[in-house]
Amino acid sequence: MNPWPFVTAAYAIAFVLTAALLLRAYVSMRRAEAAANALKRQ
Amino acid sequence: MHALANPARFLRFAKPATAWLLVIGLVFAICGAIAGLTLTPPDYLQGETVRIMYIHVPSAWLGMAGWGGIAAASISQLVWRHPLASVAGRATAPAGATFAAICLMTGSIWGRPTWGTWWEWDGRLTSMLVLFFLYLGYIALGSAERERGGGGRITAIFGLVGAINLPIIHYSVLWWRTLHQGESIGLTGSTIDGSILWPLPLTMIGFTCLFGAAVLMRIRADLAEAKVEARMRRMGQS
Repeated sequence: MNPWPFVTAAYAIAFVLTAALLLRAYVSMRRAEAAANALKRQ
Repeated sequence: MHALANPARFLRFAKPATAWLLVIGLVFAICGAIAGLTLTPPDYLQGETVRIMYIHVPSAWLGMAGWGGIAAASISQLVWRHPLASVAGRATAPAGATFAAICLMTGSIWGRPTWGTWWEWDGRLTSMLVLFFLYLGYIALGSAERERGGGGRITAIFGLVGAINLPIIHYSVLWWRTLHQGESIGLTGSTIDGSILWPLPLTMIGFTCLFGAAVLMRIRADLAEAKVEARMRRMGQS
């Protein structure tokens, strides 16, 4: 059995899910902080 | 830690810390992964599939450490009523759930060429799957309690009760000797040869920093949302 497809799939899953976690956290942080700043300026 | 329980003081620390954790995490995780894929020899028994270890072990550690953080936040909330404790618990859960899922998926992928099966109802695998479901329950309970305007006490109690699963996961390979290998990396040493082991600390540090960055970003989002809600309430009253 060729091991490389398994190794590649494992690394791809780890990096894609980690990137999705970070991106989601970053977007929700930027959105919430922008809303808070906009309200402060009013 | 007590000083950081003040949200304003916490934000002064969190803003630079988020950027630092992201940069250090990305550098260590990418370097560790490249080293693990290209610079280490294949294992004499498992061959090339041993390289999955460099991402599977950090994700297992972070899946468990995440719930350890939730349990600590729950104690802080229930005993000392820290204003940031429930926010920290809620912010840790999605990161912990993601790494528990990565651990389960990479473990399953590792199991197919090594054990000849994708899944086995083995003590370690099953207790890790239970941890993943506990995370989902915690996230659902936390958001439901927040929508109802609760203080997060029920979620904190759930976080403490769920911590019972952590020693079960840790000792499962000793209590039920089935398919998953026993402990090969301890505090005092490792049974894995140094020529294979050395990239593991790099990915451990890298993914831990990325986990920390994700948690800090979620805490900042939660604090900003709370600020908006409080201001909207004040504007509605006046």
